[in-house]
Amino acid sequence: MESQFPIIQIMNEQGCIVRSEYREQITKELVMTMYRHLIRTRMFDRKCISLQRQGRIGTYVPYEGQEACQVGSALALRDGDWMFPTYRDHGAMMTFGRSLTQTLLYWKGRTEGCIPPEGRKIVPPSVPIATQIPHAAGTAYAEKRKGTKNAVIVYFGDGATSEGDFHEGLNFASVFNVPVVFFNQNNQYAISVPITRQMKSKTIAQKAMAYDIPGIRIDGNDIFVVYFETQQALERARNGRGPTLIEAVTWRYGAHTTSDDPSKYRDQEESKRRRETADPIKRMERFMQQEGWWDEKWANQVQEEASVEIEQAVAEMERYPKANPADMFDYVFAQPTWTIAEQKNAYFQWKRGIEG
Amino acid sequence: MRTAVNTKTLTLVQAVNDALRTMLKEREDVILLGEDIGKNGGVFRATEGLQEEFGEDRVIDTPLSEAGFTGAAIGMAINGLRPVVEIQFLGFIYPAYEQIMTHAARMRARTMGHFTVPMVIRAPYGAGVRAPEIHSDSTEALFTHMPGIKVVCPSTPYDAKGLLIAAIEDPDPVLFLEPMRSYRAFREDVPEGKYTVEIGKGKKLREGGDVTVIAWGAMVPVAVKAAESAEKKGIQADVIDLRTLYPLDKDIIADSVQKTGRTVIVQEAHATGGLANDILAVINDTSFLYQKAPVERVTGFDVPVPFFAYEDDYLPTPQRVLHAIEKAVNF
Repeated sequence: MESQFPIIQIMNEQGCIVRSEYREQITKELVMTMYRHLIRTRMFDRKCISLQRQGRIGTYVPYEGQEACQVGSALALRDGDWMFPTYRDHGAMMTFGRSLTQTLLYWKGRTEGCIPPEGRKIVPPSVPIATQIPHAAGTAYAEKRKGTKNAVIVYFGDGATSEGDFHEGLNFASVFNVPVVFFNQNNQYAISVPITRQMKSKTIAQKAMAYDIPGIRIDGNDIFVVYFETQQALERARNGRGPTLIEAVTWRYGAHTTSDDPSKYRDQEESKRRRETADPIKRMERFMQQEGWWDEKWANQVQEEASVEIEQAVAEMERYPKANPADMFDYVFAQPTWTIAEQKNAYFQWKRGIEG
Repeated sequence: MRTAVNTKTLTLVQAVNDALRTMLKEREDVILLGEDIGKNGGVFRATEGLQEEFGEDRVIDTPLSEAGFTGAAIGMAINGLRPVVEIQFLGFIYPAYEQIMTHAARMRARTMGHFTVPMVIRAPYGAGVRAPEIHSDSTEALFTHMPGIKVVCPSTPYDAKGLLIAAIEDPDPVLFLEPMRSYRAFREDVPEGKYTVEIGKGKKLREGGDVTVIAWGAMVPVAVKAAESAEKKGIQADVIDLRTLYPLDKDIIADSVQKTGRTVIVQEAHATGGLANDILAVINDTSFLYQKAPVERVTGFDVPVPFFAYEDDYLPTPQRVLHAIEKAVNF
């Protein structure tokens, strides 16, 4: 199966283009946009880990190492498309338009973090595994029925393919031939369980065969292949040619969450090695250097701009108005039921009483 | 019940680990299944060291599939094993709901006792630890409502070990809810080796004649704190830790509420359809004429368990319980 589903690259680990047909499409402008997002996404992730350590946000889910998957696929989307992320996909969400402040609010335990940005169809991250996959199939069905050219992208990890919802979602989408891209980030560990213990199949892409849809296996640390393959899958979707399963093979350098210690279940040397050889950002830098597009001053400026944006977002998060407990009651139904109305009333009466 | 004399000072999560180790040693048919329970020792370390000690075929890191491994455990239980499955958080049990509701809970009834499902489903539950969303549910009532499964919820290390061993030995399926807020909150002396705490029996934690306070799991320390504050105001409270949520210990409830005539029930879960209502039914059926005041319930609200920035407002607090105690006493 591995030979039937080889890992496709456009740019190899050394930053060389290995598929010349993409040469012309890889413009300097596109590369600069990608690089800016990659840097911003990585710096944000590192900042969040430090904020968590300082107790300024809650448990945090890092994605470092997976930036090419998230940035590349999100940049392939068009304005009217839908995004169904998991809790590890805020890199993709921010690339597609969710603000940094909102992302921080989410990790600070604030419901406001789930509100979609104006004009963007970004659904709240799914926390239970694979549950968003059937939603994406249904949303795509609705777009098809409305006769639009909008498509849907849904993210999930390697572990998610063991859940029933993954198979049910793919089956539904394939039966009804709906415009959805199933974007798998195979980072090779579901918390502590390696992919070799998760499944006997050697690839995730091969699971597409069961649903008679295209299955593509790509190097998830090559932002070019992520971008162009996602774009092509989205185009097929828009043109009525149905769903695609993309397996982007990648690696998370860090922990599953800030509550997890990966040294308990895997050799951290492997992460160090991958940082050296396969890092998505280093690879992009190698490419830019070879092209003669690398400009140290510009790169410093990119970092500086990201740093300012991140610090502003942190400041905004920290001066955000205090959480209002009324919000917990007010959005359960369009019209509050009598039980909720009574409970809210009694609670605030009591609270006012003790606060004098 | 006790066969051991030596004790160790353990937290609740360590007591769970100790119970599992004890039973893996004691019985060859005991087998553990769940996500990240092997090499990683469980996300809360409840199964730490067990795979190393008992092997990969008895402490199984399963694929990420709650319905799959719960269903597989049912099959194992039908065929002579005693599986103990871990659901990582109670909020992630729902894919397995059908397996539990439709199969684990009614296999005995459907086959007139020819096939049975002696399995345990362990799940950490509850809010108050600043966890990410969906990690903080306390939906015990979905399962107490379910005919054919027992529901157990200890609040102390001693009870956790004794009840878990009893659950593993029970001939029927048991949902074993572990209050994650209490996992490392305190330690107590726990006997080494095997002992059991009887399923279906509550425990009186404090004696007082004025009011009965009933709680379980993570709400037990909240109830005790409230009772301590009440004492300073001259109110003496009986505090009952239910320990088993189905079947309820009818006698311990009736004895106390007949003595006090006033009751406060503390429930972390949403109000509507909650276990407090079943406790109210027990009071109504056994002790109606003894009541001097309406039964007070301090509960979560009929809203999804909120993001953690709001959880202090959602969760019953000692202050809210004290308020209810005073209301019941001053009625």
